[in-house]
Amino acid sequence: MAQAQSPTSFGGTIAQLSFVGVLVGLWYAASHVWHVPAILLPEPTGVFMRVVSLLRNASFLSPLSITMHEVGVAFAFSTIAGIFVSFVVTRSQWLIDVFEPLFTSINAIPAILFFPLFALLFGLDVGSKIALGITISFFPIVLNTIAGFQNVDPVHMKCARSMGASNWHMFRYVLFPSAVPILLSGLRMGLTLAFLSVLGGETIASFSGLGHEIAESSQAMDSELMYAWIIIVICVSMSLNFILTVLDDRSGPAT
Amino acid sequence: MNDIKTAIEVCGVHHGFGAKGSNLHVKALLETSLSVAKGELLSLIGPSGCGKSTLLNIMGGLVSPTGGEVRVDGKTINGPMPQSIAFVFQENALFPWSTILENIDVGMIFQGVSKSERLERAHQSLKAVGLTDFANHYPGQLSGGMRQRAALARALSLETDIILMDEPFGALDEQTRMILGEDLSILLARTGKTIIFVTHSLGEAVFLSDRVAVFSARPGTIKHVIEVQEPHPRTQAFVTSDKFARLRNELYGLLHDEIRKTLSADFRLPSAAADGGRANVAAHS
Repeated sequence: MAQAQSPTSFGGTIAQLSFVGVLVGLWYAASHVWHVPAILLPEPTGVFMRVVSLLRNASFLSPLSITMHEVGVAFAFSTIAGIFVSFVVTRSQWLIDVFEPLFTSINAIPAILFFPLFALLFGLDVGSKIALGITISFFPIVLNTIAGFQNVDPVHMKCARSMGASNWHMFRYVLFPSAVPILLSGLRMGLTLAFLSVLGGETIASFSGLGHEIAESSQAMDSELMYAWIIIVICVSMSLNFILTVLDDRSGPAT
Repeated sequence: MNDIKTAIEVCGVHHGFGAKGSNLHVKALLETSLSVAKGELLSLIGPSGCGKSTLLNIMGGLVSPTGGEVRVDGKTINGPMPQSIAFVFQENALFPWSTILENIDVGMIFQGVSKSERLERAHQSLKAVGLTDFANHYPGQLSGGMRQRAALARALSLETDIILMDEPFGALDEQTRMILGEDLSILLARTGKTIIFVTHSLGEAVFLSDRVAVFSARPGTIKHVIEVQEPHPRTQAFVTSDKFARLRNELYGLLHDEIRKTLSADFRLPSAAADGGRANVAAHS
């Protein structure tokens, strides 16, 4: 784990920044040299100014907080329920044999299909986005956590038992730490999926949130604003990813 | 029976894996009885699969025997007894996500030792095995020999009267295990603990033990017990003595036929081939 995210070398950082620079350059050329219509691809400096104004008058805060609220609730629920369900399932090989294939098959269903149903059940407000976020992020978390709990070395369990470990001790000091590396990769996937599905839901039908702003500015033909919101969403997802990377690195030495 | 000098009493214990009567049923240990005196170091030695580790696990309460019972300090056991018995397992029993100090601490947490006492005991036991400077290292940063010292420190910190060791040096190279064996002999002579030690090494068994229990081939039971009358701590001088060589040879003689039986059962050799093999080995030894 600790080695997974090796610090990027100076040259590597330069290369990464150049890559982004080239993309922006192409974008600029598309508007100014090849004259792509502004409705499809607005000019980058204009988009940049819109981002600045969204940030300056703090109008991004309300949609951002709504989206983060939906993602947060969906992710927290999936995580807590996911860890609980996995812990119960991994108590017996029979339960694992029954439920693991079941969860894998459910996970393969494109759950975005259920969004119209959730919209009917929970309305167009935050409820339907949370429900969608949970449906999509729960199963990857459960599957990874089940794999994590199975990752425990039987010798460690035997050793803990010989020292008088209670069930709680066993979970806290043996099962959970053994599961952490695989569990974290599940959480990482879960958070990305929760964010993705909430945004998707907001874009399809909603009253508020980042996805709603993108869909609305698109329908209003204000491409500059739409691109500005997209850039804000990209920044948010990069921040989330960064937080997870830090957590991953701090979770202990590689075993 | 309930003699105060007896630490562990094994009474007619036998064990099998799998449901009785089914063809998956495997007899692991035939009826075995054994009495271990307080402060004694007893080795269990025998061919692979003879049931010596099974017996150790039964004595520690980690496995319930199919039949018979084990008494520790006169009380029949029916589960792990963390207050009386500590285990040292093979190499990988330390938790890799915890430092050496945390690994030692966690055993005492399980055992229910108060926080103030834990740190002191942990440092004492680290000192006893010479790992004071490595308290904050992770197991992955230590050599195999150091990891086993740490595992021993964990067992010592539990302050039990009995330590059960399941091939604790099994994964180490010959040189390291000799040095660890010497250290163990010195350490144990001081503590006066009762130790039961599963090993594959003839030299290790003779060097460390007061008595060596030799198992017969699978499904095994104790076939013979050899006494090693030599005071602890033992040193290099004992290893080079005639007595050591004699005892080692005696042990080899006892084990040889049993190991041959295990091998021919494994490979289903026709008896002629098995005899041929035996003649060959005799020529070598």
